Amino acid sequence: MAKKNEQSEENTPDLKEEKYPVIPGPPDESTSTLLKELVKHLRQKRSGLRQEWAERIQKAEFLTAMTEKEILAEATSIYDNYVEALETGTYEALRAYARDLSERIIPRGVETHEVVGIVLLLRDVLARSLFSKYRDDFSKLNRILDAYEPAANRIANTVAVGFVQERERVIRKQQESIRELSTPVLQVRERLLILPIIGSMDAQRAKQLTEQLLQAIRRNRAKVVVIDITGVAAMDGKVANHLLVKTVDASSLLGANVIVTGLSAEIAQTLVTTGVDLAKIITVGDLQGGIEEAERKLGYRVQKMDQNQQQNIIN
Amino acid sequence: MKVPILKQGNYLIASVQSSLNDNELLQLRNDLVERISTVRAKGVIIDVTVLDVMDSFATRILQDIAQMIRLRGAPTVLVGIQPDVAFAMVQLGLNLGALKTALDLEEGLALLDKDIKEKEVN
Repeated sequence: MAKKNEQSEENTPDLKEEKYPVIPGPPDESTSTLLKELVKHLRQKRSGLRQEWAERIQKAEFLTAMTEKEILAEATSIYDNYVEALETGTYEALRAYARDLSERIIPRGVETHEVVGIVLLLRDVLARSLFSKYRDDFSKLNRILDAYEPAANRIANTVAVGFVQERERVIRKQQESIRELSTPVLQVRERLLILPIIGSMDAQRAKQLTEQLLQAIRRNRAKVVVIDITGVAAMDGKVANHLLVKTVDASSLLGANVIVTGLSAEIAQTLVTTGVDLAKIITVGDLQGGIEEAERKLGYRVQKMDQNQQQNIIN
Repeated sequence: MKVPILKQGNYLIASVQSSLNDNELLQLRNDLVERISTVRAKGVIIDVTVLDVMDSFATRILQDIAQMIRLRGAPTVLVGIQPDVAFAMVQLGLNLGALKTALDLEEGLALLDKDIKEKEVN
């Protein structure tokens, strides 16, 4: 390996000098014949190169989430797809394979740098084998590399983009489901809604929450709403202003009163220091107090039964 | 289109049927202020269920109407604001001041009943 390395470094200056005189114009036909030759070479050396690649993947400690056998199996399919993409010059099959592969390995915690890393390793392994094959004929090597490099780079690009796209798709899907899950509006009594908020708040979520709450007020003909923010650790002034002041205002336009419960010490400080207009907000310490207050507003009186009544119900 | 004003018991109900331009809003104001004394109404309800836009002019005129009617001795309730409209109004910083609001016509009637009962008690 070290020997090859030296050689390639020695070659570099030569290549640069020769680059322009050796390749006149865009020799399309010769590029395709060169690629054909290249593909033939890669097919012949398939098992050796594949093995070397798998070893280098392990040495670089990529894909630690997978077993040796799995790595070799995936390496084989990537190798074949890679060679095929070089041969045909079309990347559709490779792109589909990259997507499929990403779908399988993303849930196992494979990172972007690993995927990009293994494709670049393959590119290096193949380039090294080309160096050793054409070591005696620099101009030929130069032409071969000219044909190989753009194709190889495009392949690396395709695989990396495929992986990142798949990852983004997964993230988007998760975000959507989190959003849907995270804003339940619950009716606890006739005309009384509870909106428990859990997790971090940003402007986007606050807006969505307000919209959902307003729809729910109309749907359930609610008169009182209790917003419980015990589960929100912190919130910046802008979001607090939106969530509390604007939601309260909009709800009162629909004829509903809002009671806010479970303000943490941090949020209380934020609200006061950022100068949010608190005059219209009704706050109660905890959810229980909020529900009791709401029941009072709605004219309910909850009473504990006496011993006899309780006995009657149990029997 | 002119807004029909209906008498229901002691109340006047202005039921907006389509989106209103500025002139129609002013017309509504004049009609309501006129009618309030001829029928001796104890309260006014303006139903804006069909409106999907409420701009600053409309907000101001509605507030004016409420003030004028109050001066002539009756409370006003605005009913049927759509959730989207309510949200847009707060986003734009529009507010209805002292004008009371309720979810729908039924709620508005209940609110007026309560108000009048409270007044009688005092």
